[in-house]
Amino acid sequence: MPRPGFVLDVDRSTPPILFHHGEQFRLEKLPAGRSRVIYPAEPIEALDDPDAAIHHALLHPLGDSEPLPALLKPGMKLTIAFDDVSLPLPQMKAPDVRQRIIEQVLDMAAAAGVDDVHLIAALALHRRMTEDELRHALGDRIYDAFAPHGALYNHDAEDPDNLLFVGTTKHGEEVEINKRAAESDLLVYVNINIVAMDGGWKSTATGLSSYRAIRHHHNVKTMEHSKSFMDRHSSELHHSNWRQGKVLRDAGIKIFQIETTINNNTFGHDGPLSLLQKREWEWTGRDRLTFLGMQKGLDAMSAKRRRQIFMGWRAPYGLTSVQAGEVDAVHEVTLQNCFDQHLVPVEGQTDILTMGLPFICPYNVNSIMNPILVMCLGLGYFFNLYRGKPLVREGGVLIMSHPTPWDFHPVHHPSYIDFFEQVLADTTDPKVIEATYEKQYAEDEWYRHLYRTSYAYHGVHPFYMWYWGAHALQHLGRVIIVGGDVRAVRRLGFMPASTLQDALEMASDVVGRDATITHLHNPPILMADVS
Amino acid sequence: MKALVFSRKPARYAAAMAAGRLTPGGGAKVGPLKLRHDHDHPALPGPGWRYIKPRLAGICGSDLATIDGTSSRYFEPIVSFPFVPGHEVVADLVDPDDRRARPDGTHRVILEPVLSCVARGIDPVCRHCAEGHLGNCANLTAGAISPGLQSGFCCDTGGGWSTLMVAHESQLHAVPDHWTDEMALMVEPTACAVHSALAGEVAEGDVVVVIGAGTLGLLTIAALRRFAPTCTILAVAKHPEQRTEATKLGADHLAAPGEVKRAVRRRTGARAVTATGADGPVDRLADGAAVVFDCVGSADSIADAIAVAGPRGRIMLVGMAGRTSVDLTGLWHKELRLTGTYAYGVEPAAGGRRTFDLAMELVEAADLGRLVSAAYPLSRYPEAIAHAADAGRRGAVKVAFDLRAEKERDSL
Repeated sequence: MPRPGFVLDVDRSTPPILFHHGEQFRLEKLPAGRSRVIYPAEPIEALDDPDAAIHHALLHPLGDSEPLPALLKPGMKLTIAFDDVSLPLPQMKAPDVRQRIIEQVLDMAAAAGVDDVHLIAALALHRRMTEDELRHALGDRIYDAFAPHGALYNHDAEDPDNLLFVGTTKHGEEVEINKRAAESDLLVYVNINIVAMDGGWKSTATGLSSYRAIRHHHNVKTMEHSKSFMDRHSSELHHSNWRQGKVLRDAGIKIFQIETTINNNTFGHDGPLSLLQKREWEWTGRDRLTFLGMQKGLDAMSAKRRRQIFMGWRAPYGLTSVQAGEVDAVHEVTLQNCFDQHLVPVEGQTDILTMGLPFICPYNVNSIMNPILVMCLGLGYFFNLYRGKPLVREGGVLIMSHPTPWDFHPVHHPSYIDFFEQVLADTTDPKVIEATYEKQYAEDEWYRHLYRTSYAYHGVHPFYMWYWGAHALQHLGRVIIVGGDVRAVRRLGFMPASTLQDALEMASDVVGRDATITHLHNPPILMADVS
Repeated sequence: MKALVFSRKPARYAAAMAAGRLTPGGGAKVGPLKLRHDHDHPALPGPGWRYIKPRLAGICGSDLATIDGTSSRYFEPIVSFPFVPGHEVVADLVDPDDRRARPDGTHRVILEPVLSCVARGIDPVCRHCAEGHLGNCANLTAGAISPGLQSGFCCDTGGGWSTLMVAHESQLHAVPDHWTDEMALMVEPTACAVHSALAGEVAEGDVVVVIGAGTLGLLTIAALRRFAPTCTILAVAKHPEQRTEATKLGADHLAAPGEVKRAVRRRTGARAVTATGADGPVDRLADGAAVVFDCVGSADSIADAIAVAGPRGRIMLVGMAGRTSVDLTGLWHKELRLTGTYAYGVEPAAGGRRTFDLAMELVEAADLGRLVSAAYPLSRYPEAIAHAADAGRRGAVKVAFDLRAEKERDSL
């Protein structure tokens, strides 16, 4: 029986705690008597037969939806959209759940005589997926059957000929999505809901959309009013997407939503990384030796080699649920299944929140975790992994551990480089950044060209990364990065510290000497349910 | 008299080259530059020549290149040894009969150091001097004085790094009474910048790039802001103080040295050309700036200038370049004009006015005297040279010698 997540009060006997530190690790001794560690739940039971579960879900839809086979007719136009390379993190061991699902959908479509089928990677303003990435997500059989005929491709949010303006919400939010998807008789959307933020109407309203529509919720005001954006019902980001979803539904766009949840088996139950999902006091002598060897080995490697190793990791996630049918009904079940794995009850807020940032976030798969992504992962994703109240009190301090290299992937993140060199050199205030620079970057022809023809994130994407942290920036009194490149950390507007002890000392200027400390022991993923 | 003297001593020159490579300005300690307390007074070379007593004398990039042995051998035939360096000079003109003189018989003058046909006693003057382009004088090695492209590089004139030198009347400009010596000292480098800015033919609304934010780069920014007020200036500055000063003087945008290509792309909307085709690091721009002022003059800065200049654009080589290796394919392909700008004279783009007059107006308007960051006595010349050679990192702009308290000066 997997053990749930829990909160450990640190005392003198507590061993040093594991902090992820990019592609490296740190062991840190937290002050006894005023520190606590929030541990994620162990991986919950996976479904015994994922293929059977998928089949069952397609035949037994939730909400106001017919079973999938009943929706498939000869001569119809069918589009299957699927989550892009930003999910899951890290990538999962083959076969990917998208492959499992889409193979069954295609079998049903073939059985129904449907031959006009397109598969679209719903990447919104993310970079295009490479052939290797598509093959991994969908399998060779699907790729070879569709890609050579132009029926498997990446969504292009800058192709005016293949976007359809659908309408406007009562709040004035424009809705524009992929034309092929909008004009299909049925749109099947295949999700991997690794966290509660994913899925629902956000899949279509954002994933298949354009800057024209996305800007209505990917902005500072929305993000500051999403508390948190991991909690769908308290998230303005989601409210906006849901309003846009209503416009899609009212326009008659028929969507069959398929959502899946996976467990916390990120690093496996055996193998060198398995100790990363164990609790430190349960490490065996062999685990300690493995850790020391791994730490020394990684420290001796070049950053590039370390990245290669970690990016090559394929997580042995287990599929914990699959549900299909009408968007809202499906998503409510998905949320509960996500929470079953991730939610950890936590009493009260803390003065100082610590976290070790791992090697990956949604936007550096097979790439480099640049400083802007460090900010986004820490102040965006990890800070927002709460329900109720933020883990850290207003005016408190966030301490993150990450090397934060002044390093960018020139192919994937060209506008990030400019954002870092130009925008952050001027200001780190999200509102000023949005008002002064966003339009210029969003409409830059070179970025557009690279987004459409190369493998670059859209020109506006680094702005969204910064906005993702807007709620945290507004909430926190200070942000400190341990072990980061000093110049890069300062450019982010944060304070650099060489050790955790230094960081705690620096934090005491803001929250006093006896401040309480909470460490978010993530990943594997946890979400704090703060009362 | 007391003077810093630079002699032709090949062994010391080699030592200076080695020391300069290790530490900028290191050539001062081991090279041919020596402090002499008993250096002979220069003789007056002929009619119109006068004695002047330097008050402040600046240390310029070309002086530093000479001291560290990095300047081109191009100069060998047009200088004469031994010479006393120092061509940025504000001095007292020793002239008890002059009605403008102070009670001690002196009044302050700024030296315009180029040695024209008139100063050399050549009549008729060459066609360049006739047109007022004194910096282009064709008689650098002829006339009543030994070869020397400027005062401070000629064995007969002496230079500002001493307590006494000679200057031709045509080289002297009176210092307004209300001016500080520091303001006067900045006129000569400002004239270089004014000449460059006007030669750049910057049009209304042009995006221009100024590479380098040392003295010459900063003054070029100031000159551009005055003479091409509608242009957009992107300054490439390395050090924090340089960035601050560049903004004060009129730069609209700043970039670090490694960021110039992207920064120009953002300003011009140019497409970037990358080394590997459609992606990868930016190699150059397909379009770009109308004019690039290279105030560094290194292989890297020239390469950057070629990379960011737009087709049919202009590159103004303001910083003194030496022997260098640069890929000129972009110059050819983009039909760029690479133009050297040296010294001053008259400015056709400003109605034929003398560059020094325009520079004096700019010094006053932009309060450029504040750019004199430090001044040293001659005896501390190794420190002064080291400070000047590392000025940017140490938050300084113009470093100078202060001769006003030298006791040898009063005994003359």
